[in-house]
Amino acid sequence: MITRETTQHIANLARINLSEEEQTKLTRNLEDILTYISKLERLDITAIEPTSHVLPLKNVFREDVVAASLPQQDALSTAITQQDGAFTVPQVVE
Amino acid sequence: MPYNELTAHDLSELLQKGDVTPEAVYQDLRQQILKHDNSVHAYVRVNDALSFKKDTADKNTLAIPIAVKHNICVKGEETACCSNILKGFKPPYDATVIQKLKNRGIPVLGHTNMDEFAFGSSTENSCYGPTRNPWNLDCVPGGSSGGSAAAVAAQEAIWAIGSDTGGSIRQPASFCGVVGVKPTYGRVSRYGLIAFASSLDQIGPITKDVRDAALLLNLIAGHDPRDSTSADIPVPDYPALLDKDLHGLKVGIPHEYFVEGLDPEVETAVKEAIEALKTLGVQTVDISLPHTEYCVATYYIIATAEASSNLARYDGVRHGLRCRPSQTRKNSITDMFEETRARGFGEECKRRVMLGTFSLSSGYYDAFYLRGQKVRTLIKQDFDRAFKEVDAIVMPTSPTTAFKIGEKANDPLSMYLSDIYTISANLSGIPAVSMPCGFSKSGMPIGLQICAKPFDEATMLRMAYHYEQKAGWYKHKPGLEEKR
Repeated sequence: MITRETTQHIANLARINLSEEEQTKLTRNLEDILTYISKLERLDITAIEPTSHVLPLKNVFREDVVAASLPQQDALSTAITQQDGAFTVPQVVE
Repeated sequence: MPYNELTAHDLSELLQKGDVTPEAVYQDLRQQILKHDNSVHAYVRVNDALSFKKDTADKNTLAIPIAVKHNICVKGEETACCSNILKGFKPPYDATVIQKLKNRGIPVLGHTNMDEFAFGSSTENSCYGPTRNPWNLDCVPGGSSGGSAAAVAAQEAIWAIGSDTGGSIRQPASFCGVVGVKPTYGRVSRYGLIAFASSLDQIGPITKDVRDAALLLNLIAGHDPRDSTSADIPVPDYPALLDKDLHGLKVGIPHEYFVEGLDPEVETAVKEAIEALKTLGVQTVDISLPHTEYCVATYYIIATAEASSNLARYDGVRHGLRCRPSQTRKNSITDMFEETRARGFGEECKRRVMLGTFSLSSGYYDAFYLRGQKVRTLIKQDFDRAFKEVDAIVMPTSPTTAFKIGEKANDPLSMYLSDIYTISANLSGIPAVSMPCGFSKSGMPIGLQICAKPFDEATMLRMAYHYEQKAGWYKHKPGLEEKR
Protein backbone atom coordinates (compact mmCIF):
# COMPACT_ATOMS: atom_id res chain seq x y z
CA MET A 1 0.00 0.00 0.00
CA ILE A 2 2.80 2.42 0.90
CA THR A 3 5.48 3.06 -1.69
CA ARG A 4 8.60 5.12 -1.32
CA GLU A 5 6.89 7.79 -3.45
CA THR A 6 3.99 7.94 -0.97
CA THR A 7 6.45 8.42 1.89
CA GLN A 8 8.19 11.21 -0.01
CA HIS A 9 4.84 12.87 -0.76
CA ILE A 10 3.75 12.69 2.90
CA ALA A 11 7.14 13.98 4.09
CA ASN A 12 6.72 16.93 1.74
CA LEU A 13 3.25 17.67 3.15
CA ALA A 14 4.59 17.34 6.70
CA ARG A 15 7.60 19.55 5.86
CA ILE A 16 10.17 17.07 7.14
CA ASN A 17 13.34 16.50 5.17
CA LEU A 18 13.94 12.74 5.42
CA SER A 19 17.24 11.00 4.71
CA GLU A 20 17.34 8.05 2.30
CA GLU A 21 17.65 5.72 5.26
CA GLU A 22 14.67 7.28 7.04
CA GLN A 23 12.55 7.01 3.90
CA THR A 24 13.26 3.29 3.69
CA LYS A 25 12.49 2.68 7.35
CA LEU A 26 9.36 4.84 7.47
CA THR A 27 7.96 3.26 4.33
CA ARG A 28 8.22 -0.11 6.05
CA ASN A 29 6.85 1.21 9.38
CA LEU A 30 3.88 2.95 7.77
CA GLU A 31 3.08 -0.16 5.75
CA ASP A 32 3.10 -2.29 8.94
CA ILE A 33 1.00 0.12 10.97
CA LEU A 34 -1.52 0.79 8.21
CA THR A 35 -1.90 -2.94 7.62
CA TYR A 36 -2.75 -3.30 11.30
CA ILE A 37 -5.15 -0.33 11.11
CA SER A 38 -6.93 -1.86 8.10
CA LYS A 39 -8.75 -4.17 10.52
CA LEU A 40 -11.23 -1.27 10.87
CA GLU A 41 -12.47 -2.14 7.38
CA ARG A 42 -14.26 -5.13 8.89
CA LEU A 43 -16.79 -2.82 10.57
CA ASP A 44 -19.91 -1.52 8.88
CA ILE A 45 -19.90 2.21 9.59
CA THR A 46 -22.32 3.48 6.95
CA ALA A 47 -24.94 4.71 9.43
CA ILE A 48 -22.50 5.92 12.11
CA GLU A 49 -21.83 9.59 12.88
CA PRO A 50 -18.18 10.55 13.46
CA THR A 51 -17.00 11.65 16.93
CA SER A 52 -14.52 14.52 16.93
CA HIS A 53 -14.68 15.01 20.70
CA VAL A 54 -16.68 13.47 23.53
CA LEU A 55 -18.21 16.53 25.18
CA PRO A 56 -21.82 17.53 24.55
CA LEU A 57 -20.61 20.97 23.40
CA LYS A 58 -21.13 22.82 20.14
CA ASN A 59 -19.92 26.38 20.48
CA VAL A 60 -18.71 28.02 23.66
CA PHE A 61 -19.42 31.74 23.82
CA ARG A 62 -18.37 34.38 26.30
CA GLU A 63 -18.97 38.07 26.76
CA ASP A 64 -16.70 40.24 24.64
CA VAL A 65 -14.90 42.00 27.48
CA VAL A 66 -11.63 43.86 27.11
CA ALA A 67 -8.99 42.33 29.39
CA ALA A 68 -5.22 42.30 29.68
CA SER A 69 -3.41 39.73 27.55
CA LEU A 70 0.19 38.54 27.46
CA PRO A 71 2.34 41.66 26.89
CA GLN A 72 4.06 41.78 23.50
CA GLN A 73 7.53 41.77 25.02
CA ASP A 74 6.71 38.64 27.05
CA ALA A 75 5.35 36.90 23.97
CA LEU A 76 8.57 37.76 22.16
CA SER A 77 10.80 36.76 25.09
CA THR A 78 11.34 33.33 23.53
CA ALA A 79 11.76 34.52 19.93
CA ILE A 80 14.62 33.02 17.95
CA THR A 81 15.06 36.33 16.14
CA GLN A 82 12.99 39.49 16.37
CA GLN A 83 12.83 42.98 15.02
CA ASP A 84 10.46 45.91 15.66
CA GLY A 85 8.20 43.85 17.93
CA ALA A 86 7.81 40.97 15.49
CA PHE A 87 9.26 37.49 14.92
CA THR A 88 11.58 37.48 11.94
CA VAL A 89 12.37 34.72 9.44
CA PRO A 90 14.86 34.34 6.60
CA GLN A 91 14.09 36.50 3.57
CA VAL A 92 11.28 34.85 1.57
CA VAL A 93 11.11 37.02 -1.55
CA GLU A 94 14.40 37.73 -3.32
CA MET B 1 11.27 8.42 58.80
CA PRO B 2 12.61 10.94 56.26
CA TYR B 3 9.89 13.32 55.09
CA ASN B 4 10.25 12.28 51.45
CA GLU B 5 8.84 8.88 52.41
CA LEU B 6 5.54 10.35 53.59
CA THR B 7 2.37 11.08 51.64
CA ALA B 8 1.07 14.58 50.98
CA HIS B 9 -1.88 14.07 53.32
CA ASP B 10 0.47 12.96 56.12
CA LEU B 11 2.76 15.92 55.52
CA SER B 12 -0.19 18.27 55.39
CA GLU B 13 -1.15 17.22 58.92
CA LEU B 14 2.41 17.70 60.15
CA LEU B 15 2.57 21.12 58.50
CA GLN B 16 -0.71 22.07 60.16
CA LYS B 17 0.64 21.11 63.58
CA GLY B 18 3.86 22.94 62.87
CA ASP B 19 5.85 19.69 63.29
CA VAL B 20 7.65 20.14 59.99
CA THR B 21 8.70 23.03 57.76
CA PRO B 22 8.34 23.03 53.98
CA GLU B 23 12.11 23.59 53.79
CA ALA B 24 12.77 20.34 55.68
CA VAL B 25 10.55 18.40 53.27
CA TYR B 26 12.43 19.93 50.36
CA GLN B 27 15.81 19.03 51.89
CA ASP B 28 14.84 15.35 52.29
CA LEU B 29 13.55 15.21 48.73
CA ARG B 30 16.75 16.80 47.49
CA GLN B 31 18.83 14.22 49.39
CA GLN B 32 16.89 11.35 47.85
CA ILE B 33 17.23 12.84 44.37
CA LEU B 34 20.99 13.30 44.80
CA LYS B 35 21.30 9.73 45.98
CA HIS B 36 19.21 7.96 43.36
CA ASP B 37 18.42 10.10 40.37
CA ASN B 38 21.75 9.35 38.68
CA SER B 39 20.47 5.80 38.23
CA VAL B 40 16.70 6.41 37.92
CA HIS B 41 16.87 9.64 35.86
CA ALA B 42 13.30 10.68 36.65
CA TYR B 43 14.09 14.39 36.43
CA VAL B 44 15.31 16.55 33.59
CA ARG B 45 15.64 19.49 35.96
CA VAL B 46 15.39 19.92 39.73
CA ASN B 47 14.81 23.45 40.94
CA ASP B 48 17.56 24.68 43.24
CA ALA B 49 16.05 27.41 45.28
CA LEU B 50 12.39 26.84 45.92
CA SER B 51 10.63 29.90 47.14
CA PHE B 52 8.12 28.86 49.77
CA LYS B 53 5.28 31.29 49.66
CA LYS B 54 4.03 31.99 53.13
CA ASP B 55 0.30 31.72 52.91
CA THR B 56 -1.07 32.33 56.38
CA ALA B 57 -4.67 31.89 55.24
CA ASP B 58 -4.38 28.10 55.11
CA LYS B 59 -1.19 27.99 57.21
CA ASN B 60 0.51 26.84 54.03
CA THR B 61 -0.48 23.29 54.93
CA LEU B 62 -0.09 22.23 51.32
CA ALA B 63 3.40 23.65 50.73
CA ILE B 64 4.57 20.26 49.49
CA PRO B 65 6.77 20.44 46.37
CA ILE B 66 5.40 18.75 43.27
CA ALA B 67 7.10 17.14 40.26
CA VAL B 68 5.76 18.21 36.86
CA LYS B 69 5.93 16.51 33.48
CA HIS B 70 8.04 18.37 30.93
CA ASN B 71 5.02 19.22 28.73
CA ILE B 72 3.23 21.37 31.34
CA CYS B 73 4.27 25.03 31.16
CA VAL B 74 6.00 26.51 34.19
CA LYS B 75 6.73 30.21 33.79
CA GLY B 76 10.40 30.92 33.22
CA GLU B 77 11.44 27.24 33.48
CA GLU B 78 12.41 25.20 30.42
CA THR B 79 9.33 23.24 29.26
CA ALA B 80 10.41 21.34 26.17
CA CYS B 81 8.41 18.06 26.03
CA CYS B 82 11.85 16.41 26.07
CA SER B 83 12.25 17.37 22.40
CA ASN B 84 15.25 18.92 20.71
CA ILE B 85 12.88 21.15 18.75
CA LEU B 86 11.79 22.95 21.94
CA LYS B 87 15.03 22.78 23.92
CA GLY B 88 15.54 25.99 25.86
CA PHE B 89 11.91 27.12 25.54
CA LYS B 90 10.95 28.96 28.73
CA PRO B 91 7.22 29.74 28.67
CA PRO B 92 6.25 33.30 29.57
CA TYR B 93 3.20 31.99 31.48
CA ASP B 94 2.09 29.17 33.80
CA ALA B 95 -0.31 26.41 32.78
CA THR B 96 -3.63 26.78 34.62
CA VAL B 97 -2.89 23.71 36.77
CA ILE B 98 0.48 25.22 37.78
CA GLN B 99 -1.19 28.54 38.57
CA LYS B 100 -3.72 26.72 40.74
CA LEU B 101 -0.99 24.84 42.60
CA LYS B 102 1.13 27.95 43.09
CA ASN B 103 -1.92 29.81 44.39
CA ARG B 104 -2.14 27.18 47.12
CA GLY B 105 1.53 27.62 47.96
CA ILE B 106 2.65 24.40 46.25
CA PRO B 107 6.08 24.92 44.64
CA VAL B 108 7.33 23.13 41.54
CA LEU B 109 10.15 20.77 42.54
CA GLY B 110 11.28 20.13 38.99
CA HIS B 111 10.36 18.85 35.58
CA THR B 112 10.24 15.12 34.90
CA ASN B 113 11.34 13.06 31.93
CA MET B 114 8.91 11.86 29.24
CA ASP B 115 8.73 10.42 25.75
CA GLU B 116 9.17 13.25 23.26
CA PHE B 117 5.83 15.09 22.97
CA ALA B 118 4.33 12.16 24.96
CA PHE B 119 4.86 9.82 21.98
CA GLY B 120 5.66 6.52 23.63
CA SER B 121 4.96 3.99 26.34
CA SER B 122 8.44 3.62 27.84
CA THR B 123 10.10 7.06 28.34
CA GLU B 124 12.89 5.86 26.04
CA ASN B 125 12.08 8.47 23.37
CA SER B 126 13.42 11.46 25.31
CA CYS B 127 16.11 13.82 24.04
CA TYR B 128 17.51 13.59 27.60
CA GLY B 129 17.85 9.79 27.55
CA PRO B 130 15.66 7.11 29.18
CA THR B 131 14.25 6.93 32.70
CA ARG B 132 14.71 3.63 34.54
CA ASN B 133 12.17 1.75 36.62
CA PRO B 134 12.95 2.07 40.37
CA TRP B 135 11.83 -1.56 40.91
CA ASN B 136 14.37 -2.83 38.38
CA LEU B 137 16.76 -0.45 36.70
CA ASP B 138 16.96 -2.67 33.59
CA CYS B 139 13.25 -2.10 32.96
CA VAL B 140 11.33 0.86 31.56
CA PRO B 141 9.12 2.89 33.90
CA GLY B 142 6.36 2.97 31.26
CA GLY B 143 5.39 6.14 29.51
CA SER B 144 4.96 8.70 28.50
CA SER B 145 4.80 10.16 32.04
CA GLY B 146 7.55 7.74 33.11
CA GLY B 147 9.60 10.41 34.86
CA SER B 148 6.70 11.49 37.08
CA ALA B 149 5.78 7.89 37.96
CA ALA B 150 9.40 6.88 38.64
CA ALA B 151 9.99 10.00 40.79
CA VAL B 152 7.00 9.13 43.00
CA ALA B 153 7.91 5.41 43.17
CA ALA B 154 11.55 6.20 44.05
CA GLN B 155 10.33 8.63 46.74
CA GLU B 156 12.09 11.43 44.89
CA ALA B 157 8.76 13.25 44.84
CA ILE B 158 5.82 13.29 47.23
CA TRP B 159 3.38 13.76 44.36
CA ALA B 160 3.48 14.57 40.67
CA ILE B 161 1.41 15.51 37.67
CA GLY B 162 1.48 13.93 34.26
CA SER B 163 -0.65 13.89 31.14
CA ASP B 164 -2.61 11.02 29.63
CA THR B 165 -3.57 10.80 25.95
CA GLY B 166 -3.76 7.01 25.56
CA GLY B 167 -2.58 5.76 28.95
CA SER B 168 0.43 7.97 29.63
CA ILE B 169 -0.43 8.41 33.32
CA ARG B 170 -1.96 5.00 34.06
CA GLN B 171 0.49 2.69 32.29
CA PRO B 172 3.61 4.16 34.01
CA ALA B 173 1.70 4.23 37.32
CA SER B 174 1.04 0.52 36.78
CA PHE B 175 4.68 -0.25 35.88
CA CYS B 176 6.01 1.73 38.87
CA GLY B 177 3.49 0.57 41.50
CA VAL B 178 1.92 3.97 42.19
CA VAL B 179 -1.50 5.58 41.73
CA GLY B 180 -2.28 7.43 38.49
CA VAL B 181 -5.53 9.15 37.53
CA LYS B 182 -6.77 10.17 34.11
CA PRO B 183 -9.71 12.45 34.86
CA THR B 184 -12.78 12.76 32.62
CA TYR B 185 -12.02 14.68 29.43
CA GLY B 186 -12.83 18.28 30.37
CA ARG B 187 -12.40 17.88 34.13
CA VAL B 188 -8.98 19.57 34.23
CA SER B 189 -7.96 22.59 32.15
CA ARG B 190 -5.49 21.85 29.36
CA TYR B 191 -4.35 25.49 29.13
CA GLY B 192 -0.56 25.39 29.18
CA LEU B 193 -0.36 21.65 28.49
CA ILE B 194 1.63 21.44 25.27
CA ALA B 195 -0.83 19.70 22.96
CA PHE B 196 -0.41 16.16 21.62
CA ALA B 197 -3.99 15.14 20.68
CA SER B 198 -6.43 17.81 21.80
CA SER B 199 -9.56 15.62 21.92
CA LEU B 200 -7.80 13.03 24.12
CA ASP B 201 -5.26 14.84 26.35
CA GLN B 202 -5.92 15.24 30.09
CA ILE B 203 -3.65 16.27 32.97
CA GLY B 204 -3.87 14.14 36.11
CA PRO B 205 -2.24 13.17 39.43
CA ILE B 206 0.45 10.54 40.05
CA THR B 207 0.71 9.80 43.76
CA LYS B 208 1.70 7.27 46.42
CA ASP B 209 -1.85 6.53 47.47
CA VAL B 210 -5.47 7.16 46.52
CA ARG B 211 -6.08 9.83 49.17
CA ASP B 212 -3.28 11.95 47.71
CA ALA B 213 -4.71 11.47 44.22
CA ALA B 214 -8.11 12.68 45.47
CA LEU B 215 -6.48 15.65 47.17
CA LEU B 216 -4.46 16.62 44.11
CA LEU B 217 -7.36 16.18 41.69
CA ASN B 218 -9.37 18.54 43.87
CA LEU B 219 -6.63 21.14 43.56
CA ILE B 220 -6.28 21.04 39.77
CA ALA B 221 -9.84 20.33 38.56
CA GLY B 222 -12.46 22.84 37.48
CA HIS B 223 -13.66 25.09 34.70
CA ASP B 224 -11.16 27.45 33.10
CA PRO B 225 -12.26 30.26 30.78
CA ARG B 226 -8.95 29.75 28.96
CA ASP B 227 -9.90 26.21 27.93
CA SER B 228 -13.31 26.05 26.24
CA THR B 229 -13.27 22.25 26.51
CA SER B 230 -12.98 22.38 30.30
CA ALA B 231 -16.37 21.49 31.76
CA ASP B 232 -18.39 23.97 33.76
CA ILE B 233 -19.41 21.32 36.28
CA PRO B 234 -18.87 21.63 40.06
CA VAL B 235 -15.87 19.73 41.49
CA PRO B 236 -16.83 17.51 44.44
CA ASP B 237 -14.66 17.33 47.55
CA TYR B 238 -13.00 14.05 46.54
CA PRO B 239 -11.06 13.33 49.77
CA ALA B 240 -14.21 13.84 51.85
CA LEU B 241 -16.09 11.32 49.70
CA LEU B 242 -13.59 8.45 50.03
CA ASP B 243 -14.80 6.90 53.25
CA LYS B 244 -18.38 5.89 52.44
CA ASP B 245 -18.53 2.08 52.04
CA LEU B 246 -19.02 0.31 48.72
CA HIS B 247 -22.26 -1.54 49.40
CA GLY B 248 -24.69 -1.38 46.51
CA LEU B 249 -22.10 -0.53 43.85
CA LYS B 250 -22.07 -2.56 40.64
CA VAL B 251 -18.85 -3.28 38.78
CA GLY B 252 -18.62 -4.54 35.24
CA ILE B 253 -15.95 -7.04 34.20
CA PRO B 254 -15.47 -6.84 30.40
CA HIS B 255 -14.47 -10.26 29.06
CA GLU B 256 -12.71 -8.65 26.06
CA TYR B 257 -9.99 -7.45 28.47
CA PHE B 258 -9.16 -10.95 29.71
CA VAL B 259 -7.97 -12.58 26.51
CA GLU B 260 -4.86 -13.94 24.82
CA GLY B 261 -1.88 -11.66 25.31
CA LEU B 262 -2.71 -10.96 28.94
CA ASP B 263 0.17 -12.12 31.15
CA PRO B 264 -1.16 -14.90 33.46
CA GLU B 265 0.43 -13.24 36.51
CA VAL B 266 -1.39 -10.00 35.71
CA GLU B 267 -4.65 -11.87 35.15
CA THR B 268 -4.36 -13.66 38.50
CA ALA B 269 -3.61 -10.45 40.41
CA VAL B 270 -6.49 -8.55 38.78
CA LYS B 271 -8.92 -11.42 39.44
CA GLU B 272 -7.84 -11.49 43.08
CA ALA B 273 -8.49 -7.76 43.27
CA ILE B 274 -11.98 -8.32 41.88
CA GLU B 275 -12.58 -10.94 44.60
CA ALA B 276 -11.38 -8.42 47.20
CA LEU B 277 -13.83 -5.83 45.85
CA LYS B 278 -16.64 -8.39 46.25
CA THR B 279 -15.80 -8.84 49.92
CA LEU B 280 -16.14 -5.04 50.25
CA GLY B 281 -19.76 -5.24 49.17
CA VAL B 282 -19.39 -4.64 45.44
CA GLN B 283 -21.54 -6.67 43.07
CA THR B 284 -19.82 -7.80 39.86
CA VAL B 285 -21.47 -8.18 36.47
CA ASP B 286 -20.01 -9.73 33.32
CA ILE B 287 -20.23 -7.17 30.56
CA SER B 288 -19.15 -6.84 26.94
CA LEU B 289 -17.35 -3.96 25.22
CA PRO B 290 -17.54 -5.47 21.74
CA HIS B 291 -15.36 -2.93 19.90
CA THR B 292 -12.37 -3.32 22.23
CA GLU B 293 -10.21 -4.96 19.56
CA TYR B 294 -10.51 -1.82 17.39
CA CYS B 295 -9.32 0.64 20.05
CA VAL B 296 -5.60 0.66 19.22
CA ALA B 297 -6.17 1.06 15.47
CA THR B 298 -8.70 3.85 16.03
CA TYR B 299 -6.43 5.60 18.49
CA TYR B 300 -3.41 5.57 16.19
CA ILE B 301 -5.47 7.25 13.47
CA ILE B 302 -7.04 9.94 15.65
CA ALA B 303 -4.12 10.65 17.98
CA THR B 304 -1.55 10.92 15.19
CA ALA B 305 -3.85 13.03 12.99
CA GLU B 306 -4.34 15.51 15.82
CA ALA B 307 -0.63 15.36 16.66
CA SER B 308 0.44 16.10 13.09
CA SER B 309 -1.77 19.17 13.17
CA ASN B 310 -0.64 20.30 16.64
CA LEU B 311 3.03 19.82 15.80
CA ALA B 312 2.80 21.85 12.60
CA ARG B 313 3.67 24.90 14.72
CA TYR B 314 7.24 23.67 15.34
CA ASP B 315 8.84 25.09 12.25
CA GLY B 316 11.74 27.23 13.40
CA VAL B 317 9.80 30.49 13.04
CA ARG B 318 9.10 31.57 16.60
CA HIS B 319 10.86 29.66 19.36
CA GLY B 320 13.00 26.62 20.01
CA LEU B 321 15.27 25.27 17.30
CA ARG B 322 15.94 26.86 13.90
CA CYS B 323 18.09 25.06 11.32
CA ARG B 324 18.92 25.75 7.69
CA PRO B 325 20.48 23.40 5.17
CA SER B 326 23.92 24.22 3.78
CA GLN B 327 22.56 24.17 0.23
CA THR B 328 19.27 25.53 -1.09
CA ARG B 329 16.77 22.74 -1.84
CA LYS B 330 13.41 24.45 -2.44
CA ASN B 331 13.39 28.03 -1.16
CA SER B 332 14.78 29.72 1.93
CA ILE B 333 11.69 29.44 4.13
CA THR B 334 10.59 25.92 3.14
CA ASP B 335 14.18 24.76 3.54
CA MET B 336 14.16 26.19 7.08
CA PHE B 337 10.90 24.38 7.99
CA GLU B 338 12.08 21.07 6.60
CA GLU B 339 15.57 21.20 8.07
CA THR B 340 14.37 22.36 11.50
CA ARG B 341 11.82 19.54 11.69
CA ALA B 342 14.27 16.96 10.32
CA ARG B 343 16.82 17.75 13.03
CA GLY B 344 14.46 18.73 15.84
CA PHE B 345 12.08 15.77 15.84
CA GLY B 346 13.11 12.33 17.05
CA GLU B 347 12.37 9.09 15.22
CA GLU B 348 9.03 8.24 16.88
CA CYS B 349 7.90 11.83 16.51
CA LYS B 350 8.55 11.76 12.76
CA ARG B 351 6.76 8.43 12.48
CA ARG B 352 3.63 9.79 14.16
CA VAL B 353 3.59 13.08 12.28
CA MET B 354 3.95 11.10 9.04
CA LEU B 355 1.17 8.68 10.00
CA GLY B 356 -1.16 11.52 11.00
CA THR B 357 -0.38 13.52 7.87
CA PHE B 358 -1.12 10.43 5.80
CA SER B 359 -4.56 9.77 7.28
CA LEU B 360 -5.55 13.43 6.89
CA SER B 361 -4.23 13.72 3.34
CA SER B 362 -6.32 14.00 0.22
CA GLY B 363 -7.36 10.57 -1.03
CA TYR B 364 -6.93 8.85 2.34
CA TYR B 365 -9.06 11.04 4.63
CA ASP B 366 -12.32 9.08 4.27
CA ALA B 367 -10.72 5.66 4.47
CA PHE B 368 -8.63 6.50 7.54
CA TYR B 369 -9.40 9.63 9.56
CA LEU B 370 -13.17 9.71 9.00
CA ARG B 371 -13.43 5.95 9.50
CA GLY B 372 -11.45 6.30 12.73
CA GLN B 373 -13.83 8.97 14.00
CA LYS B 374 -16.81 6.74 13.23
CA VAL B 375 -15.33 3.73 15.00
CA ARG B 376 -14.66 6.07 17.93
CA THR B 377 -18.43 6.58 18.10
CA LEU B 378 -18.93 2.80 18.30
CA ILE B 379 -16.33 2.51 21.08
CA LYS B 380 -17.97 5.32 23.05
CA GLN B 381 -21.39 3.69 22.61
CA ASP B 382 -20.00 0.47 24.13
CA PHE B 383 -19.23 2.38 27.31
CA ASP B 384 -22.50 4.36 27.30
CA ARG B 385 -24.37 1.05 27.14
CA ALA B 386 -22.26 -0.57 29.87
CA PHE B 387 -22.68 2.36 32.25
CA LYS B 388 -26.46 2.05 32.09
CA GLU B 389 -25.95 -1.16 34.02
CA VAL B 390 -22.85 -0.62 36.17
CA ASP B 391 -21.19 2.11 38.25
CA ALA B 392 -17.62 1.20 37.33
CA ILE B 393 -15.62 -1.12 35.09
CA VAL B 394 -12.58 -3.03 36.32
CA MET B 395 -9.78 -4.38 34.12
CA PRO B 396 -5.98 -4.64 34.01
CA THR B 397 -4.10 -1.40 33.28
CA SER B 398 -1.53 -3.11 31.09
CA PRO B 399 -1.34 -6.66 29.70
CA THR B 400 2.17 -7.09 31.16
CA THR B 401 4.48 -5.76 33.83
CA ALA B 402 7.34 -3.41 32.88
CA PHE B 403 9.39 -4.64 29.94
CA LYS B 404 13.16 -4.35 29.50
CA ILE B 405 14.76 -1.17 28.20
CA GLY B 406 15.29 -1.60 24.45
CA GLU B 407 12.97 -4.60 24.21
CA LYS B 408 10.37 -2.87 22.01
CA ALA B 409 12.50 -0.02 20.69
CA ASN B 410 12.67 -1.39 17.15
CA ASP B 411 9.07 -2.55 16.89
CA PRO B 412 6.71 0.45 16.97
CA LEU B 413 3.56 -1.65 16.58
CA SER B 414 4.35 -3.85 19.58
CA MET B 415 5.01 -0.67 21.59
CA TYR B 416 1.61 0.70 20.50
CA LEU B 417 -0.09 -2.52 21.62
CA SER B 418 1.20 -2.06 25.18
CA ASP B 419 -1.51 0.65 25.52
CA ILE B 420 -4.25 -1.78 24.54
CA TYR B 421 -6.18 -1.52 27.84
CA THR B 422 -5.81 2.20 28.52
CA ILE B 423 -6.71 3.77 25.17
CA SER B 424 -10.48 3.17 25.39
CA ALA B 425 -10.87 5.60 28.33
CA ASN B 426 -9.36 8.40 26.24
CA LEU B 427 -11.42 7.62 23.16
CA SER B 428 -14.63 7.56 25.22
CA GLY B 429 -13.58 10.40 27.57
CA ILE B 430 -14.31 8.52 30.81
CA PRO B 431 -12.16 8.79 33.97
CA ALA B 432 -9.85 5.93 34.93
CA VAL B 433 -7.37 5.19 37.71
CA SER B 434 -4.50 2.72 37.90
CA MET B 435 -3.32 1.43 41.25
CA PRO B 436 -1.10 -1.42 42.46
CA CYS B 437 -2.78 -4.84 42.86
CA GLY B 438 0.21 -7.11 43.38
CA PHE B 439 3.65 -8.08 42.13
CA SER B 440 4.99 -10.56 39.61
CA LYS B 441 7.34 -13.36 40.72
CA SER B 442 10.21 -11.20 39.53
CA GLY B 443 9.07 -8.42 41.83
CA MET B 444 7.52 -6.02 39.32
CA PRO B 445 4.31 -4.12 40.17
CA ILE B 446 0.97 -5.05 38.57
CA GLY B 447 -1.73 -2.44 37.96
CA LEU B 448 -5.50 -2.57 38.42
CA GLN B 449 -7.61 -0.15 36.40
CA ILE B 450 -10.98 1.19 37.51
CA CYS B 451 -13.05 3.26 35.06
CA ALA B 452 -16.18 5.21 35.90
CA LYS B 453 -18.96 7.25 34.30
CA PRO B 454 -18.03 10.67 32.91
CA PHE B 455 -17.42 13.15 35.77
CA ASP B 456 -17.90 10.46 38.42
CA GLU B 457 -14.29 10.43 39.64
CA ALA B 458 -15.73 10.41 43.18
CA THR B 459 -17.12 6.86 42.90
CA MET B 460 -14.00 5.68 41.09
CA LEU B 461 -11.65 7.03 43.76
CA ARG B 462 -13.84 5.75 46.59
CA MET B 463 -13.71 2.24 45.18
CA ALA B 464 -9.96 2.54 44.64
CA TYR B 465 -9.47 3.78 48.18
CA HIS B 466 -11.34 0.92 49.84
CA TYR B 467 -9.53 -1.66 47.76
CA GLU B 468 -6.17 -0.02 48.48
CA GLN B 469 -6.77 0.02 52.25
CA LYS B 470 -7.83 -3.62 52.24
CA ALA B 471 -5.05 -4.90 49.98
CA GLY B 472 -2.23 -2.78 51.36
CA TRP B 473 0.02 -2.94 48.28
CA TYR B 474 0.81 0.76 48.61
CA LYS B 475 3.05 -0.08 51.58
CA HIS B 476 5.59 -1.82 49.32
CA LYS B 477 8.48 0.38 48.18
CA PRO B 478 11.32 -0.41 45.77
CA GLY B 479 14.61 -1.37 47.42
CA LEU B 480 16.73 1.04 45.42
CA GLU B 481 19.80 0.47 47.59
CA GLU B 482 20.09 -3.24 46.88
CA LYS B 483 19.49 -2.86 43.16
CA ARG B 484 22.30 -0.40 42.48
